[in-house]
Amino acid sequence: MDFDLSPEQLALRATVRDLFADHYDSIEQRNAVSSTDLGWSESLWRQAATMGLLGLPFDEEYGGMGAGPVEISVAMEEAGRVLAPEPFVEAVYLPGMLISRAANPEQRKRMIAPLVAGDTRAAFAHDEPGSRWPTNRVQTQAKQDGDQVLLTGRKRPVAAADSADLLIVSALTTEGTTGLYAVDAGSAGLQRHVYRTHDERRGAELVFDQVPAEPLAERAEVTALVTEGYICAQTAQCAEAVGAMRAVLQLTVDYLKARQQFGVPLSTFQALTHRAADMYEAVELANSLTLQATAALADGIVDPVLASRAKLQVGRASVFVGEQAVQMHGGIGITREYPASHFLSRLTAISRTFGSTDDHLRHLASLVGTD
Amino acid sequence: MRLQLTDEQEAFRDRMRSFFSIAVPQEIRDKVAAGAELSREEIVSSQQILNAHGLAVPQWPVAWGGQDWTPVERHLWTDELQRSATPMPLVFNTSLVGPVIAEFGTEEQKQRFLPATANLDIWWCQGFSEPEAGSDLASLRTRAVREDDHYIVNGQKTWTTYAHYADWMFALVRTDPDAPRKQQGISFLLIDMTSPGVTVRPIELLDGAKEVNEVFLDDVRVPAENLIGEDNQGWACAKFLLGNERGGFAMSQVVRRRLAQAKQAAAEIPCGGGNLLDDQLFRARIAELETTAQALEVTGLRVVAGSQSGRPNPISSLLKLRGSQLHQDTTQLLLDVAGPDARLFEPGSTSAPDWAPRTARTYLNNRKSTIYGGSSEVQRSIIASSILGL
Repeated sequence: MDFDLSPEQLALRATVRDLFADHYDSIEQRNAVSSTDLGWSESLWRQAATMGLLGLPFDEEYGGMGAGPVEISVAMEEAGRVLAPEPFVEAVYLPGMLISRAANPEQRKRMIAPLVAGDTRAAFAHDEPGSRWPTNRVQTQAKQDGDQVLLTGRKRPVAAADSADLLIVSALTTEGTTGLYAVDAGSAGLQRHVYRTHDERRGAELVFDQVPAEPLAERAEVTALVTEGYICAQTAQCAEAVGAMRAVLQLTVDYLKARQQFGVPLSTFQALTHRAADMYEAVELANSLTLQATAALADGIVDPVLASRAKLQVGRASVFVGEQAVQMHGGIGITREYPASHFLSRLTAISRTFGSTDDHLRHLASLVGTD
Repeated sequence: MRLQLTDEQEAFRDRMRSFFSIAVPQEIRDKVAAGAELSREEIVSSQQILNAHGLAVPQWPVAWGGQDWTPVERHLWTDELQRSATPMPLVFNTSLVGPVIAEFGTEEQKQRFLPATANLDIWWCQGFSEPEAGSDLASLRTRAVREDDHYIVNGQKTWTTYAHYADWMFALVRTDPDAPRKQQGISFLLIDMTSPGVTVRPIELLDGAKEVNEVFLDDVRVPAENLIGEDNQGWACAKFLLGNERGGFAMSQVVRRRLAQAKQAAAEIPCGGGNLLDDQLFRARIAELETTAQALEVTGLRVVAGSQSGRPNPISSLLKLRGSQLHQDTTQLLLDVAGPDARLFEPGSTSAPDWAPRTARTYLNNRKSTIYGGSSEVQRSIIASSILGL
């Protein structure tokens, strides 16, 4: 039993931390990037590609690093610490994983290699208006038309679809099964309505009107494939949340020491230091289940119960830690000029992505039985 | 990072599991599983069985009956012991005073006390808290004055668990009232409970249990050879002991057993059109508690896996803080499952099953767990100061 990172994983963490420090040393730097149209840094993205960060989980034959969930969690925890807005999970890891599981060898090479190289970006278009986790009622239609397949339907929200070149789309076949399709984001008949999120991310609503699509998989197990992809993605996001919680807790602790009121530092008030202790508790318990969920994936175990437990614990902790950080900062906490509010936004978003805390609790509750 | 046990660790766990599944008589383990009170004889005989197999004090030095185990193996020992509902060896003997004597005692003291302590031939109680020294332990006032080769001890200890069973007490006493800091001037003394001047008065707890006492010490003569460590250096022993006390809070199998018991009982209790186990609110409550239990277990494993260095891990404060709350939450859950029958105080006085009246006692009794061993407020202060630097 060993919770330690290997020397290689520690080196990865140091490298990733340096990369983010170069770009997001201050909240001003980070806000300057997140307020552009793109919302993230192309120069960071190119460096991430060069150092292998984008290719972490992919096979070496596609230019990847052949690494695993532990390395992804290490990198995402660092991203969380600085609120890096780059869509690593949404534009690369999740769609790339679906391609690598669903597609044939020729498709994999053609689609994954440019993602890893940083030349293209993808997005997974699965959710539809009104759908809630776990999305299992896809209504977008896939119709065979001669030798091609045409997609018709509406997808929203689709994270990172604003800047995606390649869309991985779930759709219902005429036989009633769900298939996965690759769509060129520049295809005729496809409309993109770009949106921004409260946590300064980007995405798009996609409207498909007989858009030509390339089948990746039309198998009964597509639902299982999507579940697996979500579990990998949500575990990576749990690690990002842990990084964000650690950072905002440190920010709060530093503020309690520095800020003076009534002639003394705030850290002399036990009402505040005890709440900081409760924040620490929340972060560490969330971290424990994130580590366990990550280690399970690294052992090749896709365990929806464990993944939901991590989501539940991280979701509860995210809201508590984010809200307390803002509260304990007072007025400065509710401004956009100071990082605390950005952490709250991001943690709020994560706790409602890939299923909300309530969704995962409902799922766990449905499985309760006598031992 | 690898969270699975190694093959050797699995083999070790299996060895523990098969030992504990038969070592202690079933009727004793049934009582533990049901949360019933054990007699002094049952606690003694079960520890003696473990000790005969070298499994009562694995955390002690090997020379005094300990085992040369890794932290993971020690964890597996605790886990399997609790899983089998074997009574835990008496904490005052095995986790508190034993390690202090082994660390600070003279060779003669070790010979005299350690084998008898491991075998529970001596039953120890802890003379730390006083009416005016609770969380602020260093304010203790019990006075010990040296007269030739004896200390004359006067004062009062309180919340002394099992003092009515105890043969000996390990106590903190003030030997130098003029020391510049209150932590200085304290000594660690071993007091024979049969000494003239020792009076034990039971304190009835909120659930009716008689487990804690006041202990009055009036001109009690204690031979100077019963001093552990140096005169006025008792605080070092106390800090060492409290570190072990806080590190020892891992009762996840007890929590798991209560959750299983709650689910089993709920399946038999009508609710709405079905039974309580079908109820969405109840299921959500179980799911939350099971998730917290798992998060705590993994956190405990992080402490175990990281404790190769032997230094106490400050995260153990977190285990005490959240673990004690989870204990209370599960006792409250059982109370709610028992429903109206939880108000019946005496098991066996009606046709209600025995477990139901016991739930209120267990719930009430467990309010202590966020108070003893460093209250939740003390744990928060430790986290804030020693981990967060506040």
